[in-house]
Amino acid sequence: MSQSIKAARLRGSGSRGSGSRSTGRKGLRIKGNPLAGLGAGVWLVIVLVPLYILVTTSLRTQDEALGGNPLSWPKTLTLSNYKLVLDSGFWGFLVNNVLVTAFTVAAVVLLCVPVAYVVVRSAGRWANFAFRIFLLGLAIPAPVTIVPLYVMIGKMGLYDSLPAIILPTAAFAMPVTLLILVGSMRDISEELYEAMALDGAGQARILLQLVVPLSRSGLSTVAVFTALNAWNGFIFPLILTQSDNERVLTTGLYTLSSQYGVNIPATLAAVVLSGIPMFVAYLLARKALISGLMGVGGK
Amino acid sequence: MSSQAEARPASKDGGPGRAPAGAQGSDARDDAPQGRVRRSVAARVGRPSPGWAVPGVLFFAVFAVAPMVYAVYLSFCGSWGGLGTPHFSGLSNWTRLFQDSDVRQATVITIVLTVLSWAFQTPVALLLGVWAAGREKNRAVLSAVFFIPLVLSTTAIALLFKAILDPNFGLATTIGPWLGFPDGNIIGSSNGALIAVAFVGGWQFIPFHTLIYQGGARQIPEVLYQAASIDGCGRWRQFFHITLPQLRHTITTSSVLIIVGSLTSFETVFLLTQGGPGTSSTTLSYGMYREAFQGFDFGYASALGTALVVVSTLLSLLMVKFSGFGSMRSTREGM
Repeated sequence: MSQSIKAARLRGSGSRGSGSRSTGRKGLRIKGNPLAGLGAGVWLVIVLVPLYILVTTSLRTQDEALGGNPLSWPKTLTLSNYKLVLDSGFWGFLVNNVLVTAFTVAAVVLLCVPVAYVVVRSAGRWANFAFRIFLLGLAIPAPVTIVPLYVMIGKMGLYDSLPAIILPTAAFAMPVTLLILVGSMRDISEELYEAMALDGAGQARILLQLVVPLSRSGLSTVAVFTALNAWNGFIFPLILTQSDNERVLTTGLYTLSSQYGVNIPATLAAVVLSGIPMFVAYLLARKALISGLMGVGGK
Repeated sequence: MSSQAEARPASKDGGPGRAPAGAQGSDARDDAPQGRVRRSVAARVGRPSPGWAVPGVLFFAVFAVAPMVYAVYLSFCGSWGGLGTPHFSGLSNWTRLFQDSDVRQATVITIVLTVLSWAFQTPVALLLGVWAAGREKNRAVLSAVFFIPLVLSTTAIALLFKAILDPNFGLATTIGPWLGFPDGNIIGSSNGALIAVAFVGGWQFIPFHTLIYQGGARQIPEVLYQAASIDGCGRWRQFFHITLPQLRHTITTSSVLIIVGSLTSFETVFLLTQGGPGTSSTTLSYGMYREAFQGFDFGYASALGTALVVVSTLLSLLMVKFSGFGSMRSTREGM
């Protein structure tokens, strides 16, 4: 046990000095590893072939898709599949998805920052107890609660509305969020709190001007992770909404694909369109997205 | 404001000059009386009132804890279709659960799927992550491609593979024979369906776990490798004696996520195979969905769900225990 702690400390001190990491660092260790390169190449094919089929098929005519080889380049490129999807309510799904994601992230951050602050700063028994309850929540998988949520949301009169999606999505994002936020808030040194207190800052000001800015990396991890989960959530929208007006991208995609049936190019065009917003986000903010997700692994 | 009420008697008991160690959070608000001035420097920093946590705790209680408790209650209410009020009626759902051969089959399928997913995702993600941790340019470019599946939702990925594996469409008929499915109907055969679910899950989640391992591998202090090369350790020994032990906590995190995720995987099954052919890819969580929203037996579905939570919680606790995950906080503090 103590050894693992030591190892962790070692690792910690290593990462603290990470700014000075030389670029040749890993190069020294794995200089041209042909086996690993081969493995990475194989995985590259596994990743790219489905993506290639996705994009090319979405540009095919339906006749060509049914007859031909999916790996061949389309004989005629057509955007008609995309037009069909865009005319089937896609924009509405997108707007709903943006709303659900934005409100979920806002709710999670606003609710969790004070909780994490209390957990970190007040040594009280209650704070610890609450934290433990939240951590137990890590083990509750969302699909398991669909039955009671369906009944409860119905009784609250929220069935088939966007809040019906947002509220449970936010609640189930809280355990991970707290774990990450508490982790990053613990690193703020006592001296900084003392300096703030000497300046006469109250708790609210300490939270807003010291704790929040210094736990930025944790906050961005949380925002990215929560946003991805809310953006991609399927089971809550599936169970808790029903009408066309309340569909988000995932449930919209599902409905469209069952409408289109054997019209595979149209389904795949819908898949492509549903992925475009995140793909753009990935291109624009790859670093933030990647380091955000990496943070979930308990960096 | 309830916090204020708690704070008052506490500070009366202890008096203004009491030791900072006893300051249990609630008594040291910034607007508390002058007694604080006499405290040591450390104590002068107020503690936030636990009241700040109330909105978050309440929210979580209502939308996550209450559903769980309600599910447990419903599991004791016999067969209930959602209309009227459920009535407590003892253990009928639970005795049924333990005698249900469908549940037994779904349990086996769920376990097989979980093992397949773990065995597929962990080695691939670990190797890719360690490889991608290197800082060469080509690795960075390739990693950027590897992470593309991350931008697609589970729904999108399941529908994409449903199209690819559609026996009428093409690719499945081409690759099916290579993989031992002469008619190309991979998702139409009972083993093929389960393997397809595991593969699609891997295609989707390996990028995420690769990222986790990449982050973990980059935190391993370079001196360890330098020392090992000076001692004449080759690449293999460095990997098995430095990289793997140093990634222990990362392996646990990633494994817990994979195992809990596959134990309760619903969406891929729902969209890709609908639990079929027959019930040969019906996992417990998909079976639960069917009981609830196709069979309209909320009571029995709740019993299934409760059992699933118990199993997944026990499994994650066991894994955490076995791997010394409790010291995770110290890895975090290093940041």
